[in-house]
Amino acid sequence: MDVTLHVWRQKSAADRGRFVRYEARNISPDMSFLEMFDVVNEGLIARGEDPIAFDHDCREGICGTCGMVINGVAHGPRRGTTVCQLHLRSFRDGDTITVEPWRARPFPVIKDLVVDRGAFDRIIQAGGFISVPTGSAPDANAIPIPKPDADLAMDAASCIGCGACVAACPNGAAMLFTAAKVSHLGLLPQGQPERRQRVRQMVVAMDREGFGSCTNYAECEAVCPKAISIRFIARMNRDYLKASLME
Amino acid sequence: MSRLFLFYRSSIGKKVVMAVTGLVLFGFVVVHMAGNLKVYQGAEKINAYGEFLRAMGSPVFSHGQVLWIARIVLLASVALHIMAAVQLILMNRRARPVGYTHQDPIQATYASRTMIWSGPVIALFVIYHLLHFTAGTVHPSFRAGDIYHNVIAGFRVWYVSAFYIVAMVGLGFHLYHGVWSLFQTLGINDVRVDRFFRRLAAVATVAVVAGNISIPVTVLLGLIS
Ligand code: HEM
Ligand code: FES
Repeated sequence: MDVTLHVWRQKSAADRGRFVRYEARNISPDMSFLEMFDVVNEGLIARGEDPIAFDHDCREGICGTCGMVINGVAHGPRRGTTVCQLHLRSFRDGDTITVEPWRARPFPVIKDLVVDRGAFDRIIQAGGFISVPTGSAPDANAIPIPKPDADLAMDAASCIGCGACVAACPNGAAMLFTAAKVSHLGLLPQGQPERRQRVRQMVVAMDREGFGSCTNYAECEAVCPKAISIRFIARMNRDYLKASLME
Repeated sequence: MSRLFLFYRSSIGKKVVMAVTGLVLFGFVVVHMAGNLKVYQGAEKINAYGEFLRAMGSPVFSHGQVLWIARIVLLASVALHIMAAVQLILMNRRARPVGYTHQDPIQATYASRTMIWSGPVIALFVIYHLLHFTAGTVHPSFRAGDIYHNVIAGFRVWYVSAFYIVAMVGLGFHLYHGVWSLFQTLGINDVRVDRFFRRLAAVATVAVVAGNISIPVTVLLGLIS
C-alpha cells in the first residue's frame, strides 16, 4: 500500500521546524508504523538526506521509548497500542498521515520526533521508589498481599512512562503518569513507610517541571497504550489531600 | 497556615479549592432552584419564603444576619473559584506553547471542553441577576419584598427571559461536567461509584436547569400572572 506522510522535521531544539511531505510506496500492511519509517529512512539515506529521527527500543510495546502523534492522536488510531505495535493495516491505501512529536513545554524537541522526557525521570527521582537495604533478595512471597490490591497495583505499574498522557492532554498535564507511579507503590505494603512523603514530593516535582493541571477530560486514558484508568488520578488526589492536610 | 498556603500552591491544591467551592455553589443552586419553585404556590407563599430567609437564625441572630453570612460564604466561594480557575488556565496554557496541527477530542465531553466559557457566562449572569432581583436597579418596576411581583414583571420582558434561559443552559453545561469532576478531584470517585456520580451530575443538572427555566417560560406563556 501507499501512504503520504507529513512529518515534523526539526534539526535541533533551536531550529523552528516544519512539516515535510514524504511518499511511502509499496508498504506491506503488516509492517509496523516504525518499520515504515525505517523504509522511508533507507530511501532518505540512499539519497544522501538526513533520516527522520524517532525514538524506539524494544518495538514490543513494553519499554515506553517510542511515541509520536499520528493524525492528532498520541500513538495513533488503535486503542491500548504503542506506535511500535501499530500496523499499517490500521490505515487505508492512499491515506495522508500527519506525524508530530509530543507537544509540551516540559518535553522539548531534541530532533524531529524525538523529545526530551527527562522531566519524567526527575518526577521518579523525587519519590517513585522504595528505600530498602540491599543485600540478599527477600523471599518473593514473604509479605502476603490481598489479590485485589496486587491486581490494582499491577494495573498502575503497567505504565511504561511513554508520555502519551501528556501529549494527549489539552493541558499538557502529567497527572496520569504521576498517579500511576504514586499508586503502584502506595497500594503495596512495601510502599507504606514513604507513602505520604512520596506523593507530596512527586506532585511538587511534577508542578516544578511545568506540566499543566488536570481538568478531568480523560483524554490521557483514551490514548494510554496500557489503558491506565483515571481512577488512579482520583487516588493520587486523595493521597495528596491526606498527606498535605492531615499530618 | 503555611501548610495551607503550600497546599494551594500545588496544582492539586488549586483544583481542590475549585472542587470545594464548586460543591458549595452547587449546593446553593439546587436549594435556590427549589426555593424558586415556590412562585407556583402564589404570591403569599414565595414572599413569605423571602421573609423566612431574612428571619433565619432568630432569635440568636438579628434580622438578616444569617442571610448575610450565607451571602459572604457564597461570594468568597465565587472569588476563590474564579481565582483558582484563572491560575490553572494560565498554568495549562504555559504547558502547551506549541499545539498540534489538528487534534480532535477522543472522549472528552463537550461540557468539559467548554468550562472556560460556561464559567464566565454564569459570572455575567450572576451580576445581572443580583442587579435585577436583589438590588432591583435594572428592574422595570422593583418593589422591595414583593418577590412575586418582581419575578412576574421581570420575566414579562422577553429578552430578559431569553437571557435567563441561555444563562441556565450555560450553568447546565458547567454543572454537568463540574459535579462529576469535583468528586474525581476530591479523590472520592472510583470505578464502583463513577456511574453514580455521572448520573448525579446529569439528574441534578436537568433538575436545576428545567426547574429554573420553567419560570420565565410560564410567565411568558401567561400561565402565572
Ligand atoms: C463565576 C464564574 C465561573 C468560572 C470562571 C468558572 C470556571 C470553572 C473552571 C475553569 C472549572 C474547571 C474545569 C474543570 O476542572 O474541568 C470549573 C469547575 C467547576 N465549577 Fe466553575 N466557574 C464559575 C462559576 C461556577 C458556579 C457559579 C458554580 C456552581 C453553580 C460552579 C461549579 C463548578 C464545579 C462544581 C466545578 C468542578 C470542580 C472540579 O473540577 O473539581 N462554577 N469552573
Ligand atoms: S519501542 Fe518499546 S514500547 Fe515502543
